[in-house]
Amino acid sequence: MKKLMILLTTLLLLIVGCSNTNDNANIKKDNENKQEEVKKEKKTGDIILATTTSTQDSGLLDVLIPKFEEEIGYRVKTIAVGTGKALEMGQNGEADVLLVHAPDAEKAVVDSGAAINRKLVMHNDFIIVGPKNDPAGLKSLKDANEAFKQINTSKSLFVSRGDDSGTHKSELKFWDKLGIKPSGIMYQETGQGMGETLRVASEKGGYTYTDRATFLALKDELNLDILVEGDKSLLNIYHVMQVNKEKFPKVNDEGAKDLVDFLVSEDVQKVIGEFGVEKYKEPLFFPDAGKEKEFE
Amino acid sequence: MILEGVAEAFRMLITFDPEIYKITWLTLKISGTATFISLCIGVPLGVALAWIKFPGRRIFISIVNTAMGFPPVVVGLWVFIFLSRNGPLGFLNLLYTPSAIIIAQAIIASPIIIGLTSAAVMQVDDKMRLQIKALGATKIQMLFLVLREARYSIIAAVIAGFGAVISEIGASMMVGGNIKGYTRVLTTATVMEVSKGNTEVAIGITIILLLLAYSVTLFLTLLQQRERS
Repeated sequence: MKKLMILLTTLLLLIVGCSNTNDNANIKKDNENKQEEVKKEKKTGDIILATTTSTQDSGLLDVLIPKFEEEIGYRVKTIAVGTGKALEMGQNGEADVLLVHAPDAEKAVVDSGAAINRKLVMHNDFIIVGPKNDPAGLKSLKDANEAFKQINTSKSLFVSRGDDSGTHKSELKFWDKLGIKPSGIMYQETGQGMGETLRVASEKGGYTYTDRATFLALKDELNLDILVEGDKSLLNIYHVMQVNKEKFPKVNDEGAKDLVDFLVSEDVQKVIGEFGVEKYKEPLFFPDAGKEKEFE
Repeated sequence: MILEGVAEAFRMLITFDPEIYKITWLTLKISGTATFISLCIGVPLGVALAWIKFPGRRIFISIVNTAMGFPPVVVGLWVFIFLSRNGPLGFLNLLYTPSAIIIAQAIIASPIIIGLTSAAVMQVDDKMRLQIKALGATKIQMLFLVLREARYSIIAAVIAGFGAVISEIGASMMVGGNIKGYTRVLTTATVMEVSKGNTEVAIGITIILLLLAYSVTLFLTLLQQRERS
């Protein structure tokens, strides 16, 4: 038995030990590689980027973040949550940079002094999708308001995010404008991300409100069609901002500023504009840096 | 789609997909370390709980038994609150690191190992303890002899603990953050791939997770049964 215990212990130690040496070796190798590739020294430290699920699920961040780490440095810890949660992380000083899409809620965070340096990054649009047979008859509609009204009056199933995300906040604005308080069995809140919500809508044959990027990424697995699009009120606008170091001393101020500058730089804006074109035959995001005035 | 997923799993395994191997290795490392830590905490505490009589012992045992079924999200949320920047342990800068996941998983697995170890030790015949004592064994010798008697159950406890942590997702997601190449483990990667619309990849990952869990358990079972045969 002693032998057995010793064996077990050494084995586990070995696992731990090996992994550590391995890690070190990897880091060493990484460092060597980096040094060879880029002569200039890279910045170190961690940046916590709180962002929405759509930027991660669409795959955009898988392109942008490695590029940032490669060119500027740092290690970016991307936490993909709903916009509501991301803004709350900023409000509490738990993140360094926020990349989110709920302009009104963002302004409140900036006004409270928790975030600074808010910059327009890009936009895409929201769409209303639903079952192919379209029981509420939305297909001919151009006005998003009208579409929401019709979903309500025809008592068709609507599946909502219900998670205080940017998309959810945007959807609620429509109901608010119509003076409708959606509830009951025909209004179902998933409390989950866009991908899961689209799947629920697809399985149940309901309508839902989604960003275009996530819908395109999942389209092949869904029984849903785009029914309403192109209305001006359907714009989905993304801003980036850094959390205020004066309020939260633990914020990585320099890294945050570097990441904000990086996202609105000309080079990166071009990458954003080209992202997804190859796969979906259309861009998923439209770069907008510096066009703040046009969206006011 | 299911077949595509199985094919994807094989593709990832055979082509040595570096990303998947990294995630798998990280999963094994995190859950293995967490299980090892809970073994170090759980066996002494389990033995103590079985041997030492103190007031409120039964209540304590019942608490441990309840904790054996702690939902990982509960542990995850509390660890998150403690480790967050403005939390009591925020100065450690551990949130969103592999260490944070190890801490959470060790908290999940420890009660399982404590509970099962103490049950196993309690089952060792009291007469045997007396006999060992009578033969003049020191306390340490006695501890090893009793643990030896209970070894099958203790390995079973390790298997149960490891199984609980390698399959949990709530805590890993909350305190690890599913950061690519850093804290992304097999379970969090599965959820993410599903919401990305890559269902085949997700199915592939679950198959790899099952294979990993099975091989570790197989190894431990062989260890457990070795002397028996």
